[in-house]
Amino acid sequence: MDFLRPASWEEALAAKAAHPTAVPIAGGTDVMVEINFDHRRPEYLLDLNRIGELSEWAVGEETVELGASVPYTRIMEDLRAELPGLALASHTVASPQIRNRGGVGGNLGTASPAGDAHPALLAAGAEVEVESVRGSRRIPIDDFYTGVKRNALAADELIKTVHIRKADGPQQFSKVGTRNAMVIALCAFGLALHPGTRTVRTGIGSAAPTPVRARVAEEFLNAALDEGGFWESGKVITPSVARQFAMLVSAACNPIDDVRGTAAYRRHAVDIMARRQLGWTWEQYRRGGHPLEGAA
Amino acid sequence: MRVTFTVNGREQVADDVWEGESLLYVLRERLGLPGSKNACEQGECGSCTVRLDGVPVCACLVAAGQAEGREVITVEGLADYARRRDSGVSDSGASDSGRSGSGERGAEHPGDGAGELSVIQQAFIDAGAVQCGFCTPGLLVAADEMLERNPSPSDADIREALSGNLCRCTGYEKILDAVRLAAARQEEAV
Amino acid sequence: MPTTGTPTSLSQGSRTSGGIGESTLRPDGTLKVTGEFAYSSDMWHDDMLWGHTLRSTVAHAAIRSIDIAEALATPGVHAVLTYDDLPAPVKNYGLEIQDTPVLAHGKVRHHGEPVAVIAADHPETARRAAAKIRVDYAELPVVTDEASATAPGAPLVHEDRADHHSGHVPHPNIVHRQPIVRGDAAGAAARADVIVTGDYVFGMQDQAFLGPESGLAVPAEDGGVDLYVATQWLHSDLRQIAPVLGLPEEKVRMTLSGVGGAFGGREDLSMQIHGCLLALRTGKPVKMVYNRFESFFGHVHRHPARLHYEHGATRDGRITHMKCRIVLDGGAYASSSPAVVGNAASLSAGPYVIENVDIEALALYTNNPPCGAMRGFGAVQACFAYEAQMDRLAAALGLDPVEFRQLNAMEQGTLMPTGQRVDSPAPVAELLRRVKARPLPPEQQWLAAGEEADVRALPGGLSNTTHGEGVVRGVGYAVGIKNVGFSEGFDDYSTARVRLEVIAGEPVAVVHTAMAEVGQGGVTVHAQIARTELGVAQVTILPADTRVGSAGSTSASRQTYVTGGAIKHTCEAVRERVLELGRRKFGTYHPAWATAELLLEDGKVVTHGGEVLAGLADVLEDEAVDLELEWRHRPTEAFDLRTGQGNGHVQYSFAAHRAVVEVDTELGLVKVVELAVAQDVGKALNPLSVIGQIQGGTTQGLGVAVMEEIVVDPVTAKVRNPSFTDYLIPTILDTPTIPVDLLELADEHAPYGLRGAGEAPTLSSTPAILAAIRNATGLELNRTPVRPEHLTGTGTDSSGTGTGTGGRTAP
Repeated sequence: MDFLRPASWEEALAAKAAHPTAVPIAGGTDVMVEINFDHRRPEYLLDLNRIGELSEWAVGEETVELGASVPYTRIMEDLRAELPGLALASHTVASPQIRNRGGVGGNLGTASPAGDAHPALLAAGAEVEVESVRGSRRIPIDDFYTGVKRNALAADELIKTVHIRKADGPQQFSKVGTRNAMVIALCAFGLALHPGTRTVRTGIGSAAPTPVRARVAEEFLNAALDEGGFWESGKVITPSVARQFAMLVSAACNPIDDVRGTAAYRRHAVDIMARRQLGWTWEQYRRGGHPLEGAA
Repeated sequence: MRVTFTVNGREQVADDVWEGESLLYVLRERLGLPGSKNACEQGECGSCTVRLDGVPVCACLVAAGQAEGREVITVEGLADYARRRDSGVSDSGASDSGRSGSGERGAEHPGDGAGELSVIQQAFIDAGAVQCGFCTPGLLVAADEMLERNPSPSDADIREALSGNLCRCTGYEKILDAVRLAAARQEEAV
Repeated sequence: MPTTGTPTSLSQGSRTSGGIGESTLRPDGTLKVTGEFAYSSDMWHDDMLWGHTLRSTVAHAAIRSIDIAEALATPGVHAVLTYDDLPAPVKNYGLEIQDTPVLAHGKVRHHGEPVAVIAADHPETARRAAAKIRVDYAELPVVTDEASATAPGAPLVHEDRADHHSGHVPHPNIVHRQPIVRGDAAGAAARADVIVTGDYVFGMQDQAFLGPESGLAVPAEDGGVDLYVATQWLHSDLRQIAPVLGLPEEKVRMTLSGVGGAFGGREDLSMQIHGCLLALRTGKPVKMVYNRFESFFGHVHRHPARLHYEHGATRDGRITHMKCRIVLDGGAYASSSPAVVGNAASLSAGPYVIENVDIEALALYTNNPPCGAMRGFGAVQACFAYEAQMDRLAAALGLDPVEFRQLNAMEQGTLMPTGQRVDSPAPVAELLRRVKARPLPPEQQWLAAGEEADVRALPGGLSNTTHGEGVVRGVGYAVGIKNVGFSEGFDDYSTARVRLEVIAGEPVAVVHTAMAEVGQGGVTVHAQIARTELGVAQVTILPADTRVGSAGSTSASRQTYVTGGAIKHTCEAVRERVLELGRRKFGTYHPAWATAELLLEDGKVVTHGGEVLAGLADVLEDEAVDLELEWRHRPTEAFDLRTGQGNGHVQYSFAAHRAVVEVDTELGLVKVVELAVAQDVGKALNPLSVIGQIQGGTTQGLGVAVMEEIVVDPVTAKVRNPSFTDYLIPTILDTPTIPVDLLELADEHAPYGLRGAGEAPTLSSTPAILAAIRNATGLELNRTPVRPEHLTGTGTDSSGTGTGTGGRTAP
């Protein structure tokens, strides 16, 4: 095993080009577990800790440019207004110690369906900026996850920045686990209201081979809110609409039975989370119409 | 590979480090600082919590090479770190807290050595928060850092801050007592 | 000295008398908070090698061949050992039945069984070498439960059994079976107004101590070995290790290293023999440290159990009879299964007066992971089931569940199902009264801080799953009975060496025992006993090792009782010697030397009236009184193999819990809000310590109520969750406040009247939480742990977790 320590982003790209099998390590919270437990012996470890720009973020007009290594602690503390869904999700990541090290780049790089950031990114809308010595490109989050623990990165590419749409309405995130802290998601759900475009977006975690949006549910709700004039009136959403939405979200799941839980439970829990979050976000929208910070 | 970094205010060099080694392994097996514990080595227990450039992290999940040039505080240096913080001395001064780990200190008198311990360490002893003690080093580092940020934590704050540190012996009640006690003593001291 | 991390003496003075009854602080506290306390994984030696274990990847297989050539040729590898390398005729070990191969011999019987061990210059070198060992397995069919283990033609886990239980068990795949018959259960059933039956499932719990199995073996010039290790019982280890090494016991010198928790999981050997074999083969010190994955294979677990119960009662609320059948899964090797069976059977009726019983408990041999000791030891599984039965009986009778229990509660003088009379206080009804009388925690405590819900106080916690929706409160009660000490005729003794001398003008007591301090605070209490008995302030506790006689195991809630008793006994003898010395030196100066009952207090010899006769420094001068004595509790008897009758236990311990939970009934998530405990400890030698024990035990009961379970695939018998990512234990956010109410009703047979305390709180915690969840949800919930799918009707048998019964679809 070789340990590569690029001092700059350019050096990192060069190293990744020279050694496409190199495993990037930033927070280490996934990679080191695999090394400690002898599940993985990469030829090269590519340390990204020395590249300061990866730990920086910038709040723009429309988006937040979030460096791949910005720790979850910073997101949950400093970006609650701009990225409320992701801030809530960040708060559920593992433990304080892990949140101090791990960042969204790690979740995206690993692309585990259980990564906590995914549902929030899907719901908010985001693009993943990746780069190689060949150049840079932006991958829409909807196209990023390509299979179980697989993503759209080429072998020589590194994740640099995630461009996340700033919240223009309430967002929520929940995950279910069998412990009240420090738990891997049995399943997770994120919901974002986008009053500007009068649309909603969703994200489901750990209930399908990849993180997914519940598109049919989104389309149903978009139509129902539109037809009922809910965005303008701000009236309480009809329970039957909320139920139908939750059912359609659940129908978008394609879960498995595993040691953490059953497929049937995952479908059920996603249904409940979708219904509750629609209630929470809509109530926030009705109260102020402005993006509110998460309750946690 | 060679890794050079600062531990408890003192520069340390580790040679012949295998690239897959963690910071925890280097501390424990190469630098004679076994105070940080190795309960799970997967970031699920917090027993290896150290401060890396001031931030509490699981040393088992930091690759040794990532510590290059950085500052680490372990439980062995906690009392000294707290003393310098409380007296307003900056972090730059080197101090001799890299102990051999030989455990050869012989007679210990709880209470008598109070001057050597940080507030949180003494509170853990006094409140009965230590049983087997394997989780204790990580809890102390995490709790001390929380009190640095939040000198008057609510019980919920304490629980959240320590939710990454498993303890199997105590049921956590006496750990909560200890942190409350340390917070109260710190407030008295101000 | 090239070895670092060897244990040191713990010396502690005390400004107060520091005797029993005070909450003196731990003598190892300062070492533990500074990181200087040396645990077994902290040991280090110049030029040491790292040991590593290759474990089976399948549960049941014949081993056709093992090829170690490539591994052995790996640079940095010093030794690779298999069964063929074992040096002595003895190649098996075991606590009671020596059925466990040191390294697999032609066959593996469970997933993770040790097949080969390697010593190398770095852990990674050893791991890479292990990966090069080629083991050719021919897989065999597995037996995983009672049906498969006792089916016609079932593969035998152990062929040719010759152990002392093999003659009376109904099938070779049953380790031990204990019936208990008393009264006329069938006749009493006919008189019952209500009969309640239930089938219960208890999942496999892990001790999950935090300090990994580890140790350092250092070869000695005399051909022996010095072993530093974390264990619960040095001398039991020694008896199993020495024969396999082909060494006399005196050449295997064991010292207790710092122990990072035990809870029963260190009663069996882990790396001890392997480390010694590698050290003796290579001539170099060898350190072995299991990682967490390996730890799940490296120690036995709590027996999972299936329990069938029938209780009857008359309309006025009196229990008529109880029939039960408890099937424990012992896994591939016996470990302490026979004793667990004895406990499960003899304590299966709970702390109740039941005159007619028909009981059967047995442990299976299967290809599942071996199970053995864990805190509560057979009594835990039974308590989970009989307490569920009590609630159902009370409901069937329309009675309050606590009043119903109190009506049937045992008391001093009650006969156990074994015919043994309970001959010390048994305040079962009072314990229940105390937890019930406590005010309930406020409703909707998640709103305590303001209008916004604090998710940290809600089911789901930080995961933000509810802001109060679907949350229903429930309250449940349970009480349990646990035996203290080793039972069934076991010669349960301890040894203490106590030396009293004057150092720098001050009398100092030095206490040396082989007691394993595993965190429970034995070292604290033992120093207190020495202070009380010898009237000294300064006590030094020497490291535990095999230079002194056996202390017995740190288990069965017994060390304060038995090793504490041995220290008290030895101190009394030392005191007599001191007084003899005093009489010889000063007897002529004061008549009280000859007549009065004399005490040692504050470093002086005093009369009962408080008159000072002499200072200890003057009595002893430069002489030391140094005695090593054994002490044993009252003898017990074996249970009759057919009727289960016999005075099998020495003491019983009782605790009661009230659990208050909040259940998110839609998502099936549980928040335990409060766990109130009342326990009789006889005499709290150290209130701070004993409360810590009770809170810790209570929390382990919480874990197995709502999250902890080793999941074994029913088809392959492989462990599916050997990590702290998927075997979850409670965090501080899962653990509620645990108010403790101590009773101190003396047991006149025990030292200071004390009652072993460590295990009882682990029993009733789980059923109290289950009762509270049932109260909140109306579900039957016949299995533990309760998982979200069980509370939402979304389980599946293929998950390997079972569904329990009574699943209800959420609205």
